[in-house]
Amino acid sequence: MFGSGRFSGLRVLKEGLTGNKGWTPHWRDPEPKSEYDVIIVGGGGHGLATAYYLAQEFGLKNIAVLEKGYLGGGNVGRNTTIVRANYGLEGNSQFYSHSLKLWEQMEQDLNYNAMMSQRGIINLFHNDGQRDASIRRANAIVNQGDDAEIIYRDDLKKLLPYLNFDNNRFPIMGGLMHWRGGTARHDAVAWGYARAADQLGVDLIQNCEVTGIDVEGGKVTGVQTSRGPIKAKKIGLAAAGRSSQVAAMAGLTLPLESHVLQAFVTEGLKPIIDHVVTFAEGHLYISQSDKGGLVFGSYIDYYSSYAARGNLPMVEHTMETLVAMVPSVAKARLLRSWGGIMDMSFDGSPIIDKAPVEGLYLNCGWNYGGFKATPASGHTFAHLVALDRPHAAAEKMRLDRFRTGRGIMDEEGTGAQHNLH
Amino acid sequence: MRITCPICGERDMREFTYRGAALPTPPLEADVETWVDHVHLRENAAGVLRELWQHTMGCGAWLVVTRNTITHEILDVVLAEEAGIGIPVAEEQP
Repeated sequence: MFGSGRFSGLRVLKEGLTGNKGWTPHWRDPEPKSEYDVIIVGGGGHGLATAYYLAQEFGLKNIAVLEKGYLGGGNVGRNTTIVRANYGLEGNSQFYSHSLKLWEQMEQDLNYNAMMSQRGIINLFHNDGQRDASIRRANAIVNQGDDAEIIYRDDLKKLLPYLNFDNNRFPIMGGLMHWRGGTARHDAVAWGYARAADQLGVDLIQNCEVTGIDVEGGKVTGVQTSRGPIKAKKIGLAAAGRSSQVAAMAGLTLPLESHVLQAFVTEGLKPIIDHVVTFAEGHLYISQSDKGGLVFGSYIDYYSSYAARGNLPMVEHTMETLVAMVPSVAKARLLRSWGGIMDMSFDGSPIIDKAPVEGLYLNCGWNYGGFKATPASGHTFAHLVALDRPHAAAEKMRLDRFRTGRGIMDEEGTGAQHNLH
Repeated sequence: MRITCPICGERDMREFTYRGAALPTPPLEADVETWVDHVHLRENAAGVLRELWQHTMGCGAWLVVTRNTITHEILDVVLAEEAGIGIPVAEEQP
Protein backbone atom coordinates (compact mmCIF):
# COMPACT_ATOMS: atom_id res chain seq x y z
CA MET A 1 0.00 0.00 0.00
CA PHE A 2 1.37 3.39 -0.97
CA GLY A 3 0.62 6.65 0.77
CA SER A 4 2.46 5.80 3.99
CA GLY A 5 -0.15 3.45 5.40
CA ARG A 6 -2.85 4.22 7.90
CA PHE A 7 -2.34 6.95 10.47
CA SER A 8 -3.32 6.52 14.11
CA GLY A 9 -2.40 7.81 17.54
CA LEU A 10 -0.76 4.48 18.30
CA ARG A 11 1.38 4.81 15.19
CA VAL A 12 2.52 8.31 16.15
CA LEU A 13 3.60 6.88 19.52
CA LYS A 14 5.39 3.93 17.92
CA GLU A 15 7.19 6.10 15.36
CA GLY A 16 8.11 8.57 18.07
CA LEU A 17 9.78 5.81 20.07
CA THR A 18 11.62 4.36 17.06
CA GLY A 19 13.18 7.50 15.61
CA ASN A 20 10.37 8.35 13.18
CA LYS A 21 11.99 6.13 10.55
CA GLY A 22 8.79 4.46 9.35
CA TRP A 23 7.16 7.46 7.65
CA THR A 24 7.10 7.44 3.87
CA PRO A 25 5.93 10.04 1.30
CA HIS A 26 2.20 10.71 1.52
CA TRP A 27 1.63 10.13 -2.18
CA ARG A 28 3.37 8.77 -5.27
CA ASP A 29 4.95 10.95 -7.94
CA PRO A 30 3.80 9.11 -11.07
CA GLU A 31 4.63 9.77 -14.69
CA PRO A 32 1.56 10.83 -16.66
CA LYS A 33 -0.11 8.04 -18.62
CA SER A 34 -1.09 8.60 -22.24
CA GLU A 35 -4.81 8.49 -21.48
CA TYR A 36 -7.25 8.92 -18.58
CA ASP A 37 -11.01 8.67 -18.22
CA VAL A 38 -11.07 11.94 -16.29
CA ILE A 39 -8.50 14.71 -15.99
CA ILE A 40 -8.89 17.37 -13.33
CA VAL A 41 -6.93 20.54 -14.11
CA GLY A 42 -5.72 22.11 -10.87
CA GLY A 43 -4.18 20.37 -7.87
CA GLY A 44 -5.58 22.66 -5.21
CA GLY A 45 -8.15 21.83 -2.57
CA HIS A 46 -11.09 21.68 -4.97
CA GLY A 47 -9.30 19.66 -7.65
CA LEU A 48 -7.90 17.15 -5.16
CA ALA A 49 -11.25 16.80 -3.40
CA THR A 50 -12.94 16.26 -6.77
CA ALA A 51 -10.50 13.49 -7.67
CA TYR A 52 -10.97 11.86 -4.26
CA TYR A 53 -14.78 11.79 -4.51
CA LEU A 54 -14.66 10.62 -8.15
CA ALA A 55 -12.67 7.59 -7.01
CA GLN A 56 -14.20 7.06 -3.57
CA GLU A 57 -17.91 7.70 -4.14
CA PHE A 58 -18.40 7.38 -7.88
CA GLY A 59 -16.06 4.43 -8.43
CA LEU A 60 -14.02 5.89 -11.27
CA LYS A 61 -10.59 4.33 -11.59
CA ASN A 62 -8.55 6.08 -14.27
CA ILE A 63 -8.20 9.64 -12.97
CA ALA A 64 -5.40 12.21 -13.04
CA VAL A 65 -4.99 15.60 -11.39
CA LEU A 66 -2.68 17.91 -13.36
CA GLU A 67 -1.00 20.68 -11.38
CA LYS A 68 1.33 23.22 -12.95
CA GLY A 69 3.16 23.84 -9.67
CA TYR A 70 3.00 21.76 -6.51
CA LEU A 71 -0.07 20.34 -4.79
CA GLY A 72 -1.89 22.84 -2.59
CA GLY A 73 0.36 25.72 -3.65
CA GLY A 74 -2.44 28.10 -4.56
CA ASN A 75 -5.37 29.50 -2.65
CA VAL A 76 -5.88 26.42 -0.46
CA GLY A 77 -2.59 27.34 1.18
CA ARG A 78 -3.16 31.10 1.14
CA ASN A 79 -6.50 31.62 2.87
CA THR A 80 -7.56 32.48 6.42
CA THR A 81 -8.76 28.89 7.08
CA ILE A 82 -12.36 29.73 7.97
CA VAL A 83 -15.09 27.09 7.72
CA ARG A 84 -18.76 28.07 8.00
CA ALA A 85 -22.29 27.55 6.71
CA ASN A 86 -23.88 30.88 7.58
CA TYR A 87 -25.36 31.77 4.22
CA GLY A 88 -28.89 32.97 3.69
CA LEU A 89 -29.73 32.68 0.00
CA GLU A 90 -31.33 29.72 -1.71
CA GLY A 91 -28.54 27.97 -3.61
CA ASN A 92 -25.70 29.02 -1.34
CA SER A 93 -27.62 27.90 1.73
CA GLN A 94 -27.93 24.20 0.86
CA PHE A 95 -24.48 24.11 -0.70
CA TYR A 96 -22.57 25.38 2.33
CA SER A 97 -24.76 23.35 4.65
CA HIS A 98 -23.73 20.28 2.66
CA SER A 99 -20.12 21.42 2.84
CA LEU A 100 -20.10 21.83 6.63
CA LYS A 101 -21.48 18.30 7.07
CA LEU A 102 -18.64 16.99 4.90
CA TRP A 103 -16.14 19.02 6.94
CA GLU A 104 -17.39 17.39 10.11
CA GLN A 105 -16.62 13.89 8.83
CA MET A 106 -13.59 14.76 6.69
CA GLU A 107 -10.83 13.74 9.09
CA GLN A 108 -12.37 10.31 9.64
CA ASP A 109 -13.07 9.87 5.91
CA LEU A 110 -9.53 10.82 4.92
CA ASN A 111 -7.68 9.36 7.93
CA TYR A 112 -5.89 12.70 8.18
CA ASN A 113 -5.65 15.31 10.89
CA ALA A 114 -6.96 18.51 9.31
CA MET A 115 -7.10 20.21 12.73
CA MET A 116 -10.79 20.91 12.23
CA SER A 117 -11.74 23.22 15.06
CA GLN A 118 -15.41 24.12 15.46
CA ARG A 119 -14.69 27.04 17.72
CA GLY A 120 -17.63 29.10 16.48
CA ILE A 121 -17.74 32.10 14.16
CA ILE A 122 -19.44 35.30 15.24
CA ASN A 123 -20.46 38.14 12.93
CA LEU A 124 -20.72 41.34 14.97
CA PHE A 125 -23.35 43.99 14.26
CA HIS A 126 -23.26 47.68 15.06
CA ASN A 127 -26.71 49.11 14.45
CA ASP A 128 -30.40 48.33 14.21
CA GLY A 129 -30.31 47.60 10.50
CA GLN A 130 -27.45 45.13 10.80
CA ARG A 131 -29.14 43.53 13.81
CA ASP A 132 -32.35 42.97 11.86
CA ALA A 133 -30.39 41.56 8.92
CA SER A 134 -28.50 39.26 11.30
CA ILE A 135 -31.73 37.96 12.85
CA ARG A 136 -33.14 37.30 9.40
CA ARG A 137 -29.98 35.48 8.39
CA ALA A 138 -29.97 33.51 11.65
CA ASN A 139 -33.50 32.33 10.91
CA ALA A 140 -32.44 31.33 7.40
CA ILE A 141 -29.51 29.35 8.81
CA VAL A 142 -31.76 27.59 11.33
CA ASN A 143 -34.26 26.84 8.54
CA GLN A 144 -31.52 25.25 6.45
CA GLY A 145 -30.88 22.92 9.41
CA ASP A 146 -27.73 24.53 10.80
CA ASP A 147 -27.12 26.48 13.98
CA ALA A 148 -27.31 30.19 14.67
CA GLU A 149 -27.64 32.21 17.85
CA ILE A 150 -28.04 35.94 18.33
CA ILE A 151 -25.91 37.09 21.27
CA TYR A 152 -26.54 40.61 22.57
CA ARG A 153 -24.09 43.06 24.01
CA ASP A 154 -24.24 42.15 27.71
CA ASP A 155 -23.68 38.44 27.11
CA LEU A 156 -21.15 39.18 24.41
CA LYS A 157 -19.05 41.21 26.86
CA LYS A 158 -18.58 38.05 28.90
CA LEU A 159 -17.76 35.94 25.86
CA LEU A 160 -15.48 38.35 23.96
CA PRO A 161 -14.22 40.79 26.62
CA TYR A 162 -11.35 42.07 24.45
CA LEU A 163 -13.62 43.80 21.92
CA ASN A 164 -13.96 47.56 21.84
CA PHE A 165 -17.70 47.71 22.55
CA ASP A 166 -17.86 51.50 22.62
CA ASN A 167 -16.13 52.49 19.43
CA ASN A 168 -17.52 55.94 18.66
CA ARG A 169 -18.53 55.17 15.11
CA PHE A 170 -19.17 51.44 15.32
CA PRO A 171 -20.29 50.40 18.82
CA ILE A 172 -20.96 46.67 19.09
CA MET A 173 -24.62 45.78 19.70
CA GLY A 174 -24.25 42.03 19.43
CA GLY A 175 -23.42 39.27 17.04
CA LEU A 176 -24.66 36.29 15.08
CA MET A 177 -22.88 33.21 16.42
CA HIS A 178 -22.63 30.08 14.29
CA TRP A 179 -21.15 27.57 16.69
CA ARG A 180 -20.41 24.80 14.18
CA GLY A 181 -18.23 27.15 12.15
CA GLY A 182 -14.54 27.50 12.88
CA THR A 183 -11.19 26.84 11.28
CA ALA A 184 -9.21 23.96 9.75
CA ARG A 185 -5.54 23.57 8.90
CA HIS A 186 -5.68 24.63 5.25
CA ASP A 187 -2.59 22.80 3.95
CA ALA A 188 -3.64 19.61 5.71
CA VAL A 189 -6.97 19.68 3.87
CA ALA A 190 -5.16 19.63 0.53
CA TRP A 191 -2.67 17.01 1.75
CA GLY A 192 -5.43 14.85 3.22
CA TYR A 193 -7.44 14.80 0.00
CA ALA A 194 -4.24 14.25 -2.02
CA ARG A 195 -3.15 11.29 0.07
CA ALA A 196 -6.62 9.72 0.13
CA ALA A 197 -7.02 10.18 -3.64
CA ASP A 198 -3.56 8.70 -4.24
CA GLN A 199 -4.43 5.68 -2.11
CA LEU A 200 -7.47 5.15 -4.35
CA GLY A 201 -5.20 5.11 -7.41
CA VAL A 202 -5.56 8.70 -8.63
CA ASP A 203 -2.41 9.95 -10.40
CA LEU A 204 -1.37 13.30 -8.90
CA ILE A 205 0.92 14.86 -11.50
CA GLN A 206 2.82 17.95 -10.39
CA ASN A 207 4.92 20.36 -12.46
CA CYS A 208 2.57 19.59 -15.31
CA GLU A 209 1.11 22.73 -16.85
CA VAL A 210 -1.83 22.39 -19.21
CA THR A 211 -0.95 24.37 -22.34
CA GLY A 212 -3.87 23.40 -24.54
CA ILE A 213 -7.25 21.69 -24.50
CA ASP A 214 -7.99 19.54 -27.52
CA VAL A 215 -11.52 19.90 -28.85
CA GLU A 216 -12.76 17.94 -31.87
CA GLY A 217 -16.28 18.35 -33.20
CA GLY A 218 -17.41 20.20 -30.09
CA LYS A 219 -16.07 17.51 -27.79
CA VAL A 220 -12.93 17.35 -25.65
CA THR A 221 -10.39 14.68 -26.52
CA GLY A 222 -7.49 15.54 -24.26
CA VAL A 223 -4.98 18.14 -23.16
CA GLN A 224 -1.55 19.34 -24.21
CA THR A 225 0.80 19.73 -21.26
CA SER A 226 4.36 20.67 -20.44
CA ARG A 227 4.89 16.93 -19.97
CA GLY A 228 3.33 15.89 -23.28
CA PRO A 229 -0.16 15.29 -24.66
CA ILE A 230 -2.66 13.31 -22.56
CA LYS A 231 -5.96 11.99 -23.88
CA ALA A 232 -9.10 12.20 -21.74
CA LYS A 233 -12.82 11.57 -22.17
CA LYS A 234 -13.76 14.16 -19.57
CA ILE A 235 -11.92 17.22 -18.30
CA GLY A 236 -12.83 19.13 -15.16
CA LEU A 237 -11.37 22.60 -14.65
CA ALA A 238 -10.66 23.59 -11.05
CA ALA A 239 -8.11 26.33 -11.67
CA ALA A 240 -9.52 29.06 -9.38
CA GLY A 241 -7.87 32.42 -10.16
CA ARG A 242 -6.42 31.05 -13.40
CA SER A 243 -9.75 29.67 -14.65
CA SER A 244 -10.07 32.27 -17.41
CA GLN A 245 -6.74 31.29 -18.97
CA VAL A 246 -7.47 27.57 -18.82
CA ALA A 247 -11.01 27.93 -20.18
CA ALA A 248 -9.72 30.15 -22.99
CA MET A 249 -7.77 27.12 -24.27
CA ALA A 250 -11.15 25.56 -25.04
CA GLY A 251 -12.39 28.76 -26.66
CA LEU A 252 -14.47 29.88 -23.69
CA THR A 253 -14.77 33.32 -22.13
CA LEU A 254 -15.99 33.20 -18.54
CA PRO A 255 -17.92 35.76 -16.47
CA LEU A 256 -14.94 36.16 -14.14
CA GLU A 257 -12.38 38.76 -13.11
CA SER A 258 -9.31 37.76 -11.10
CA HIS A 259 -8.60 40.02 -8.14
CA VAL A 260 -6.10 39.93 -5.29
CA LEU A 261 -7.17 39.29 -1.70
CA GLN A 262 -4.58 39.84 1.01
CA ALA A 263 -4.16 37.99 4.30
CA PHE A 264 -2.04 38.75 7.34
CA VAL A 265 -0.57 36.97 10.33
CA THR A 266 1.07 38.39 13.45
CA GLU A 267 3.82 36.97 15.61
CA GLY A 268 2.70 34.28 18.05
CA LEU A 269 0.75 35.67 21.00
CA LYS A 270 -0.79 34.10 24.09
CA PRO A 271 -4.39 32.92 23.56
CA ILE A 272 -6.70 35.91 23.27
CA ILE A 273 -9.17 35.24 20.45
CA ASP A 274 -11.03 31.98 21.03
CA HIS A 275 -13.42 32.11 18.06
CA VAL A 276 -13.50 33.41 14.52
CA VAL A 277 -14.73 36.99 14.82
CA THR A 278 -15.89 39.27 12.04
CA PHE A 279 -16.42 43.01 12.32
CA ALA A 280 -19.25 44.21 10.08
CA GLU A 281 -17.67 47.60 9.37
CA GLY A 282 -14.62 47.15 7.24
CA HIS A 283 -15.31 43.49 6.64
CA LEU A 284 -12.60 42.30 9.03
CA TYR A 285 -12.31 38.63 9.98
CA ILE A 286 -9.85 37.24 12.49
CA SER A 287 -8.95 34.07 14.31
CA GLN A 288 -5.93 32.87 16.27
CA SER A 289 -3.91 29.94 15.00
CA ASP A 290 -2.76 27.12 17.24
CA LYS A 291 0.74 28.61 17.08
CA GLY A 292 -0.67 31.86 18.48
CA GLY A 293 -0.54 34.05 15.39
CA LEU A 294 -3.53 36.26 14.69
CA VAL A 295 -4.73 35.39 11.19
CA PHE A 296 -6.86 38.07 9.59
CA GLY A 297 -7.93 39.84 6.44
CA SER A 298 -10.61 42.10 4.97
CA TYR A 299 -11.62 43.15 1.46
CA ILE A 300 -10.11 42.35 -1.90
CA ASP A 301 -7.93 45.15 -3.29
CA TYR A 302 -10.59 45.94 -5.93
CA TYR A 303 -8.56 45.85 -9.11
CA SER A 304 -7.70 42.99 -11.47
CA SER A 305 -4.52 41.24 -10.44
CA TYR A 306 -2.57 38.03 -10.86
CA ALA A 307 0.29 39.26 -8.70
CA ALA A 308 -0.55 37.25 -5.54
CA ARG A 309 0.43 40.35 -3.58
CA GLY A 310 -1.50 43.50 -2.90
CA ASN A 311 -0.99 47.20 -2.31
CA LEU A 312 -0.66 49.23 0.88
CA PRO A 313 -4.07 50.96 1.00
CA MET A 314 -5.83 47.69 1.83
CA VAL A 315 -3.07 46.77 4.29
CA GLU A 316 -3.69 50.06 6.05
CA HIS A 317 -7.46 49.64 6.00
CA THR A 318 -7.20 46.15 7.46
CA MET A 319 -4.89 47.23 10.29
CA GLU A 320 -7.12 50.22 11.10
CA THR A 321 -10.17 48.01 11.29
CA LEU A 322 -8.43 45.42 13.44
CA VAL A 323 -7.28 48.04 15.93
CA ALA A 324 -10.75 49.61 15.95
CA MET A 325 -12.23 46.25 16.92
CA VAL A 326 -9.49 44.90 19.22
CA PRO A 327 -7.37 47.85 20.46
CA SER A 328 -5.28 45.58 22.71
CA VAL A 329 -3.51 43.98 19.73
CA ALA A 330 -2.27 47.32 18.36
CA LYS A 331 1.31 46.59 19.36
CA ALA A 332 1.40 43.05 17.96
CA ARG A 333 4.00 42.82 15.22
CA LEU A 334 2.93 41.70 11.81
CA LEU A 335 4.87 38.64 10.75
CA ARG A 336 3.77 38.05 7.18
CA SER A 337 1.28 39.17 4.56
CA TRP A 338 0.50 37.65 1.21
CA GLY A 339 -2.11 37.64 -1.53
CA GLY A 340 -4.20 35.09 -3.35
CA ILE A 341 -5.77 35.33 -6.80
CA MET A 342 -9.54 35.27 -6.48
CA ASP A 343 -11.78 34.19 -9.34
CA MET A 344 -14.49 36.79 -8.81
CA SER A 345 -17.84 36.08 -10.40
CA PHE A 346 -20.01 39.08 -10.51
CA ASP A 347 -22.78 37.95 -8.19
CA GLY A 348 -20.19 36.72 -5.69
CA SER A 349 -21.25 33.07 -5.99
CA PRO A 350 -19.58 30.11 -7.70
CA ILE A 351 -20.12 28.14 -10.89
CA ILE A 352 -20.24 24.32 -10.91
CA ASP A 353 -21.64 23.43 -14.29
CA LYS A 354 -21.06 21.82 -17.65
CA ALA A 355 -19.23 23.99 -20.14
CA PRO A 356 -20.73 24.51 -23.60
CA VAL A 357 -18.14 21.99 -24.89
CA GLU A 358 -19.02 18.32 -24.47
CA GLY A 359 -16.91 16.57 -21.85
CA LEU A 360 -15.71 19.83 -20.28
CA TYR A 361 -16.82 20.82 -16.77
CA LEU A 362 -16.36 24.11 -14.94
CA ASN A 363 -15.62 24.66 -11.26
CA CYS A 364 -14.82 28.34 -10.72
CA GLY A 365 -16.05 31.68 -9.44
CA TRP A 366 -15.12 31.01 -5.81
CA ASN A 367 -14.59 34.67 -5.09
CA TYR A 368 -13.09 35.07 -1.58
CA GLY A 369 -14.85 32.00 -0.20
CA GLY A 370 -13.36 28.90 -1.76
CA PHE A 371 -11.80 27.29 1.29
CA LYS A 372 -14.96 26.53 3.27
CA ALA A 373 -16.47 25.15 0.06
CA THR A 374 -13.64 22.66 -0.54
CA PRO A 375 -15.38 19.37 0.39
CA ALA A 376 -18.75 20.24 -1.15
CA SER A 377 -17.10 21.69 -4.24
CA GLY A 378 -15.18 18.46 -4.73
CA HIS A 379 -18.16 16.27 -3.92
CA THR A 380 -20.72 18.02 -6.11
CA PHE A 381 -18.24 18.57 -8.95
CA ALA A 382 -17.36 14.87 -8.90
CA HIS A 383 -21.10 14.12 -9.03
CA LEU A 384 -21.49 16.37 -12.08
CA VAL A 385 -18.45 14.94 -13.89
CA ALA A 386 -19.31 11.31 -13.13
CA LEU A 387 -23.06 11.37 -13.73
CA ASP A 388 -23.49 14.36 -16.08
CA ARG A 389 -26.15 15.89 -13.87
CA PRO A 390 -25.77 18.33 -11.00
CA HIS A 391 -25.83 17.30 -7.35
CA ALA A 392 -28.92 18.69 -5.60
CA ALA A 393 -26.78 20.87 -3.32
CA ALA A 394 -25.07 22.56 -6.28
CA GLU A 395 -27.86 22.73 -8.86
CA LYS A 396 -28.11 26.52 -8.51
CA MET A 397 -24.43 27.08 -9.36
CA ARG A 398 -25.29 27.50 -13.01
CA LEU A 399 -23.17 29.19 -15.63
CA ASP A 400 -26.19 30.56 -17.47
CA ARG A 401 -27.61 32.51 -14.54
CA PHE A 402 -25.71 35.56 -15.70
CA ARG A 403 -27.23 35.28 -19.16
CA THR A 404 -30.80 34.59 -18.08
CA GLY A 405 -30.83 36.60 -14.86
CA ARG A 406 -32.54 33.68 -13.12
CA GLY A 407 -30.99 32.47 -9.88
CA ILE A 408 -28.47 35.26 -9.35
CA MET A 409 -27.01 34.71 -5.86
CA ASP A 410 -25.86 38.10 -4.65
CA GLU A 411 -25.39 37.16 -1.00
CA GLU A 412 -24.02 40.59 -0.04
CA GLY A 413 -26.82 42.46 -1.79
CA THR A 414 -24.33 44.86 -3.37
CA GLY A 415 -25.54 44.31 -6.92
CA ALA A 416 -24.67 41.78 -9.59
CA GLN A 417 -21.88 43.72 -11.24
CA HIS A 418 -18.22 42.89 -11.79
CA ASN A 419 -16.59 45.53 -9.62
CA LEU A 420 -18.91 45.18 -6.63
CA HIS A 421 -17.84 41.84 -5.16
CA MET B 1 0.26 51.79 -7.16
CA ARG B 2 0.33 55.42 -8.22
CA ILE B 3 -1.64 56.59 -11.21
CA THR B 4 -0.74 59.64 -13.27
CA CYS B 5 -3.98 61.44 -14.02
CA PRO B 6 -3.61 63.41 -17.28
CA ILE B 7 -5.32 66.36 -15.60
CA CYS B 8 -4.03 66.24 -11.98
CA GLY B 9 -0.67 64.50 -12.25
CA GLU B 10 0.69 61.53 -10.29
CA ARG B 11 -1.55 60.52 -7.38
CA ASP B 12 -1.97 57.70 -4.88
CA MET B 13 -4.31 54.94 -6.06
CA ARG B 14 -6.60 55.68 -3.10
CA GLU B 15 -7.89 58.70 -5.03
CA PHE B 16 -9.19 56.46 -7.81
CA THR B 17 -12.13 54.07 -8.15
CA TYR B 18 -11.84 50.95 -10.23
CA ARG B 19 -14.48 50.01 -12.79
CA GLY B 20 -12.98 47.09 -14.73
CA ALA B 21 -11.93 46.29 -18.27
CA ALA B 22 -12.27 49.21 -20.69
CA LEU B 23 -14.47 47.64 -23.33
CA PRO B 24 -15.86 49.37 -26.39
CA THR B 25 -19.58 49.79 -25.87
CA PRO B 26 -21.65 47.85 -28.40
CA PRO B 27 -23.92 49.87 -30.65
CA LEU B 28 -27.25 50.59 -28.98
CA GLU B 29 -29.05 48.55 -31.64
CA ALA B 30 -26.85 45.47 -31.05
CA ASP B 31 -28.71 42.25 -30.26
CA VAL B 32 -29.29 40.97 -26.74
CA GLU B 33 -26.55 38.33 -26.95
CA THR B 34 -23.94 40.97 -27.75
CA TRP B 35 -25.05 43.04 -24.78
CA VAL B 36 -25.15 40.03 -22.44
CA ASP B 37 -21.57 39.19 -23.39
CA HIS B 38 -20.49 42.81 -23.02
CA VAL B 39 -21.94 43.09 -19.53
CA HIS B 40 -20.81 39.69 -18.21
CA LEU B 41 -17.94 38.06 -20.03
CA ARG B 42 -14.33 39.12 -19.51
CA GLU B 43 -11.09 38.11 -21.17
CA ASN B 44 -9.60 38.58 -17.68
CA ALA B 45 -6.12 39.07 -19.04
CA ALA B 46 -3.06 37.90 -17.12
CA GLY B 47 -0.76 40.56 -18.49
CA VAL B 48 -1.50 43.88 -20.11
CA LEU B 49 -5.07 45.07 -19.52
CA ARG B 50 -6.82 48.29 -20.53
CA GLU B 51 -9.13 49.27 -17.73
CA LEU B 52 -11.36 52.08 -16.55
CA TRP B 53 -10.55 54.04 -13.40
CA GLN B 54 -12.26 57.21 -12.24
CA HIS B 55 -10.39 59.93 -10.38
CA THR B 56 -13.21 60.15 -7.86
CA MET B 57 -11.26 62.03 -5.19
CA GLY B 58 -9.64 64.35 -7.70
CA CYS B 59 -10.94 65.84 -10.93
CA GLY B 60 -13.59 63.13 -11.45
CA ALA B 61 -12.36 62.23 -14.92
CA TRP B 62 -12.76 58.73 -16.29
CA LEU B 63 -9.42 57.29 -17.34
CA VAL B 64 -8.29 54.40 -19.48
CA VAL B 65 -5.32 52.92 -17.61
CA THR B 66 -3.13 50.36 -19.37
CA ARG B 67 -1.71 48.18 -16.61
CA ASN B 68 0.04 44.85 -16.30
CA THR B 69 -2.07 42.67 -14.01
CA ILE B 70 0.89 40.41 -13.17
CA THR B 71 3.34 43.14 -12.11
CA HIS B 72 0.92 46.05 -11.36
CA GLU B 73 3.10 48.22 -13.63
CA ILE B 74 1.13 51.10 -15.16
CA LEU B 75 2.06 51.58 -18.80
CA ASP B 76 -0.24 54.34 -19.98
CA VAL B 77 -3.04 56.62 -18.78
CA VAL B 78 -5.35 58.60 -21.08
CA LEU B 79 -8.71 60.28 -20.66
CA ALA B 80 -11.51 57.85 -21.49
CA GLU B 81 -13.20 60.34 -23.78
CA GLU B 82 -10.00 60.60 -25.82
CA ALA B 83 -9.77 56.81 -25.97
CA GLY B 84 -13.33 56.62 -27.25
CA ILE B 85 -14.51 54.52 -24.30
CA GLY B 86 -17.84 55.24 -22.74
CA ILE B 87 -21.56 55.15 -23.28
CA PRO B 88 -22.38 56.74 -26.64
CA VAL B 89 -24.78 59.62 -26.26
CA ALA B 90 -27.77 59.26 -28.54
CA GLU B 91 -27.80 62.18 -30.92
CA GLU B 92 -31.52 62.68 -30.69
CA GLN B 93 -33.39 61.81 -27.53
CA PRO B 94 -36.85 60.39 -28.29
